Amino acid sequence: MDIDVKKVAMLSRIRLTDDEAAELGPQLANIIGYVEQLSSVDTGGIEPTAHPHDAAMPLRANIVTNGNRRDELQAPSPKIESGLYVVPKVIE
Amino acid sequence: MSWETVIGLEVHCQLNTKTKAFCGCSTAFGAEPNTQTCPVCLGMPGQLPVLNTVAVDKTILTGLAINAHINLESKFDRKNYFYPDLPKGYQISQFAVPIVEGGYIDIPTKDGGEKRLGVTRIHMEEDAGKSMHEGLDAVSHIDLNRSGVPLMEIVSEPDMRSSDDAIAYLKQLHQLIRFLGVSGADMEKGQFRCDANVSVRRKGDPFGTRTEMKNMNSFRFIKQAIEFEVIRQIEIIEDGGEVVQESRLWDSVKSESRSMRSKEEAHDYRYFPEPDLPPLRVSQQEVDAIKAGMPELPGQLRKRFETEYGLSSYDADVLSQTRETAVWYESLVAAHPADPKRCANWMANELLGRLREAGKDLSDSPVSAKRLASLLDRVGDNTINGKSAKDILDDMMESDDDADTIIEAKGLKQVSDTGAIDAIILEVMQANPTQVEGYRGGKDKLMGFFVGQVMKASRGKANPAMVNQRLSELLKG
Repeated sequence: MDIDVKKVAMLSRIRLTDDEAAELGPQLANIIGYVEQLSSVDTGGIEPTAHPHDAAMPLRANIVTNGNRRDELQAPSPKIESGLYVVPKVIE
Repeated sequence: MSWETVIGLEVHCQLNTKTKAFCGCSTAFGAEPNTQTCPVCLGMPGQLPVLNTVAVDKTILTGLAINAHINLESKFDRKNYFYPDLPKGYQISQFAVPIVEGGYIDIPTKDGGEKRLGVTRIHMEEDAGKSMHEGLDAVSHIDLNRSGVPLMEIVSEPDMRSSDDAIAYLKQLHQLIRFLGVSGADMEKGQFRCDANVSVRRKGDPFGTRTEMKNMNSFRFIKQAIEFEVIRQIEIIEDGGEVVQESRLWDSVKSESRSMRSKEEAHDYRYFPEPDLPPLRVSQQEVDAIKAGMPELPGQLRKRFETEYGLSSYDADVLSQTRETAVWYESLVAAHPADPKRCANWMANELLGRLREAGKDLSDSPVSAKRLASLLDRVGDNTINGKSAKDILDDMMESDDDADTIIEAKGLKQVSDTGAIDAIILEVMQANPTQVEGYRGGKDKLMGFFVGQVMKASRGKANPAMVNQRLSELLKG
């Protein structure tokens, strides 16, 4: 199993040095190899399981139950201006 | 060499629920930033989503209206990408098994026929927050009030062959969604947004490489963007190059599109089943109940207006544009049942025209259906002629008086008395002897001149039918 560690890291927003990437590559391959044992099980005729519970989804009424908790919810944020979250520029 | 354009559209439509898709936050538009958020839609750890039942019903209703198949069991998945307006780092969407599959939209064609355009699927998902960049240097501002607002994404088949096809499809879909009452579909508020997948090929060839034009929210821009992209792709291929599959952003100021390189890297969405939500199950009975409550759709309404009221296809089309217009028209007919066609003419041409000029919607029309009917009654019984009626309608737009009060006050009662009309005609003939001679010498066209003069002399009050009849007799001499 060959893994593009740099790409996976980029998709996960994890910064890796070349050394770290080289070290992680075989480790990740090992994990996948371990999980791949599952594909040796014959699952013919078995319905795919999308979810461990058989329960159907409970639904919520279309009623407003939440009020304005902005101050409390923004308290842990590093930077707020006029009630807006401030982040590094993301324009295209 | 003949080129063919292939277009498929993805429409993101905000459902007009009171609360968000997975939490009890309000979706009201225009609130102070970040005042309609909670730990669920902010992506705080350990929070669990619970789906809004009305969002499900509205998506099913839309599916039924396009004759689609409703999956009684559907599933939610996570679409993973990093962007500051997506606090969880993933969007809850439906990837493997959407709630609606198949269906179609019929669009009118130029030759008066119809073309059927396929819909692949409609799935439910949640909206992201809003990023603001304007006037900011090194930072962006994020408002998460929109984060978690329910969306349905309507994905078409690549069945469209021109920008006109695409716009016709979008207009039909937009009208349908507003009729169903499932979304405000206000494009300026971003409640109805479109991505267009565009490719070109030589006729008979397999599909070419497509590009995706992102997030357009006006019919005009969508048309411009598609046409720009078609020319760009044809030029690349004719110059011996290859079209690159990519996302592009339409710049409506420069009227050109540009590549969104940063989106390319993030294109690997790594969908996987949403572990926080078990499968969504709906019963056939629930689907049937939604179907039973479906309102009359624009196409059905248009046909009924033509057959039941004898309207022209143009008037039927104008009056079935929105559910509100149709309801208003039918209450006008109920108040003036004598002549549904007169109702259509006056509403479509006179009332809607005046409202447009005044920049008003039908909902804030100063003239109610009942008041307009009181005017049409007087046109119907020949108390006033059409010209006076238009002046009276002008007055009604400015006051609360009913038609009879204005007719009385302004002395606009139509003159239908033969003696009085004859007297005016003779006066006009005396004043214009040359024209009388000309008419008698065979210049039939002068009839129009005489009608005009007589109407003017009567200050618009003479019964036009009688004027015509008496004029042709008296002019004979």
